[in-house]
Amino acid sequence: MSNPSNLKYTASHEWVKTEADGTITIGITQHAQELLGDMVFVESPAVGRKLKAGEECAVVESVKAAADVYAPVGGEVVAANGELDGAPEKINADPYGAWIFRLKPDNAADLNGLMDAAAYEAHAASEAH
Amino acid sequence: MLIFERSHPGRRNAAQAPLLDAQPSGIPAALLRTDKPLLPETSEMDTVRHYTRLSQKNFSIDTNFYPLGSCTMKYNPRACNSLAMLPQFLARHPLAPDRTGQGFLACMHDLQEILKDVTGMAGVSLTPMAGAQGEFAGIAMIRAYHDARGDTARTEIIVPDAAHGTNPATAVMCGYTVKEIPTDREGDVDLDALRAAVGPQTAGLMLTNPSTLGVFEKQIQDIQKIVHDAGGLLYYDGANLNAILGKVKPGDMGFDVIHMNLHKTFSTPHGGGGPGAGAVGVGKRLLPFMPIPLAGKEGNAYRWLTEKDLPQSIGRLSAWMGNAGVLLRAYVYARMLGAEGMHRVADFATLNANYLMAELAKVGYTIAFPQRRASHEFIVSAKALKDATGISAMDVAKRLLDKGFHAPTTYFPMLVAECLLIEPTETESKETMDAFVAAMKEIWDEAHATPDLVKGAPYTLPVRRLDDVKAARELDLAWKPNA
Repeated sequence: MSNPSNLKYTASHEWVKTEADGTITIGITQHAQELLGDMVFVESPAVGRKLKAGEECAVVESVKAAADVYAPVGGEVVAANGELDGAPEKINADPYGAWIFRLKPDNAADLNGLMDAAAYEAHAASEAH
Repeated sequence: MLIFERSHPGRRNAAQAPLLDAQPSGIPAALLRTDKPLLPETSEMDTVRHYTRLSQKNFSIDTNFYPLGSCTMKYNPRACNSLAMLPQFLARHPLAPDRTGQGFLACMHDLQEILKDVTGMAGVSLTPMAGAQGEFAGIAMIRAYHDARGDTARTEIIVPDAAHGTNPATAVMCGYTVKEIPTDREGDVDLDALRAAVGPQTAGLMLTNPSTLGVFEKQIQDIQKIVHDAGGLLYYDGANLNAILGKVKPGDMGFDVIHMNLHKTFSTPHGGGGPGAGAVGVGKRLLPFMPIPLAGKEGNAYRWLTEKDLPQSIGRLSAWMGNAGVLLRAYVYARMLGAEGMHRVADFATLNANYLMAELAKVGYTIAFPQRRASHEFIVSAKALKDATGISAMDVAKRLLDKGFHAPTTYFPMLVAECLLIEPTETESKETMDAFVAAMKEIWDEAHATPDLVKGAPYTLPVRRLDDVKAARELDLAWKPNA
């Protein structure tokens, strides 16, 4: 599965989609779900929580490990995907459909600092030992 | 089948049945339970058969080669067990006065001295009940040290990403924030990242050495200097002590505190979830903060040292003297080996790991750090095998069970894709390791010729592949009767 070209990416393996209303939707990439393996639990941030860029705000737990999810930019949490509560495996089945939370960014220009799909693929390849 | 499912109302284990008219004295009738406890009702023979069957299903170091990386599954000498089971030890009450427990106290004191000597530390406390508690004690002492000096701005513990996963957890449990620093391509700490990370906020560094990558940190002296110059203390995770036992002393490397997993390096039985022993050794600066009780010696007499002797102690970590029975076994093991024997542990643990690594490379497996000498363990990556055949590290591990070997550690450390962490230990013979290599060769050939056979493994055990996801999500560990 390739990384969709309409999304932005972070070095910590989140994908970021800009919605029509200016909010952003965040999930973890195909590469991240593949490394983590079968998901057993997702903890989303509380709606209304204010996040700084790079702040730990969600946890995805698989049979192998628990990993933090970081805020790609600063902003306020406006929604969390409740569907993942009973069905975290949706992240494995459809990582780019199974979003984790939505942010209202403090500053839309911050999104320009994120990677495009090609830059992210090069980054993921360079991390493999 | 659970023992509860074998239960039959009214069936009794007559020889062990409690006396029905025996009433506990002094407990008010209102507080006594009226319903019977939910215990299985089985005959003595059914009970014996049930537990014998369970023991036969066990995959253990007494039955099979067990190269579970990071766990040091070495042979547990029977002498350690039989001496620790002497009736004088078993019948000793922990509240008995010191003068009636001089033998036990002497053993604990000697064990403290042996561990001080082999690690180069100034003091040792035996009380932590497991490795994780030893880590907690170590970082709690670092915190107590900074606090005692009024140096309360130090809020951060630095942890390299090749550390044991428990290290960052320990730092957080002690109230610190964790700063992770990366590993370079060789598997060593990235010194530039370390220099950039230290500062007046640095309370200390937690280092696992040899690291979880199975290599000895080459720049240990530079690391020590950078952290100490910044005013931080150095914590040595001694989980991998087997590789350096008697060869290199963490005290000589400048470390301020170390925990040792006696259940690994000093060969007490483990692997079923306990019990462990996570003794801590400290340098001079941390001596006043050691957890109590310690075994002290005055003239020819031994006594427990308590908060009266160490008023700045971080306190007690268990009701009594840690896991006393485990400590006794470790003591006997250390005495049987002697200083010379400990050197041989490190010699053969390292030789065995390097032999196995070289032989598996010949079969075709990818060695994660081929340019480095293995410590007591090494990493094979099945990534190339998976790309070529679809057979993952997990498939290899499961197929090994069919061939009579316990699987290596899989998918840890997470820095290496599709990894198998393999630790043969010093107690295995060349013949056993050759048989393991032959099995790994068979699996390699099967992966290429009949991959579906490998994907379906294991075939010969009481259970096939378990549902990891269901087990993690539905932690259902308690039996209850059907409503």
